[in-house]
Amino acid sequence: MKFNTIKLMAIAVLVSITAYNCSNDDDNNGPDGPDFSGTYAQEDQMGRPAVNTVFVSAGTKDMFNTTAPSAQGAAFQSMFQANLQALSPAYANPGDQNALGLDAATFTTVLATDVLGVSLDGTTTFFDGTNVLTGRALADDVITVELLLIFGGEDFSENPGLSDDHVDANDKAFLSTFPYLATPW
Amino acid sequence: MKKSKILIGVAIVAIAGFIGIAADHIDAPAVQGGSSDITDFYAFQGSNTSNLVLVANVQGLLSPSATGSASFDENTLVEFNIDTNGDAVEDLVIQATARDGKMYFFGPTAPTQPGTSSTILTTASAQGSVDITPYGTDAIIATSGGMSFFSGPRDDPFFFDFAQYSAIIGGTATSFNDPGADTFAGTNVLSIVVEVPKSMVGGSGTINTWVESKRKQ
Repeated sequence: MKFNTIKLMAIAVLVSITAYNCSNDDDNNGPDGPDFSGTYAQEDQMGRPAVNTVFVSAGTKDMFNTTAPSAQGAAFQSMFQANLQALSPAYANPGDQNALGLDAATFTTVLATDVLGVSLDGTTTFFDGTNVLTGRALADDVITVELLLIFGGEDFSENPGLSDDHVDANDKAFLSTFPYLATPW
Repeated sequence: MKKSKILIGVAIVAIAGFIGIAADHIDAPAVQGGSSDITDFYAFQGSNTSNLVLVANVQGLLSPSATGSASFDENTLVEFNIDTNGDAVEDLVIQATARDGKMYFFGPTAPTQPGTSSTILTTASAQGSVDITPYGTDAIIATSGGMSFFSGPRDDPFFFDFAQYSAIIGGTATSFNDPGADTFAGTNVLSIVVEVPKSMVGGSGTINTWVESKRKQ
């Protein structure tokens, strides 16, 4: 009996160790510590909302996502400008500007480097009527701001049918404290 | 004899247990198509105005019925990038990656090299972790070194009549509707939220921020 017990325990231990070794092939730190080894390559990138969706041509979206922001301006500004002028032809007119005082070349130079400027000194908003691009808060109507800058002309009065999607707020209220986002549906 | 059977049972459970762990390690990263897709990025001042909040959302347009089974891809690294000197090159990163039901955070800290290839900065002095909040339970929040961490399913905070925009671009409509219809209403995302003291990401002035997802090679 006792010998049998010892034998079975030995088998259990041996089999476990063998199986453990198999399972551990992909894990240098053992089963108790997460494996953080390896190199990670970029697949997606985002600074400002909807930039890739609106300004990058279909066959180039993956390339835009895998380009470091510091290299995006040189690689993509001319494409951004061509697509902006196709979307909103008024930009092709000499001297035409948006409400920020930016013409097609200047506006797309800002956009093509896809980073989000954030103020560490106060209000953080995409646009609240006073502050411009000082961050992005959850409730900011970023799409309407972008539509206004694309279609709204110098004073937000042009193309009223295109410069507001008339969805002005989220479908759930945000929280005033961490983690701020609303509970899932 | 009875004891022998019990021990055989223990041996079988032990084998099954290790195979189960192996299957988790091998199978979770095999998820394909969309698991690393960033849906949105937010950066705003916290309710404590000395803090900055960074939000990265992935895996958009989850229906409520699909949300419970959605999970973070353990082969994906989500990286918040912070440029403090205006050259669009990251000076600091905060990395987030999921392992076995926890989201691990490293940084803010300087990357070993900027750009499109990263290693996980496990020796960063600032780090933390939080249990990933399961669908349908109260938000689990962890704090460490002045930072707060959350990860799990949330309502998609984005709103846009994307269907009508697509119709306009496609030439089947000439203007938006009033009122519009929020294409993202009633849908969820997987969120990563980190709140960090401003003193750890530049202190004052204006910084540039963006988020990247990177896949283990």
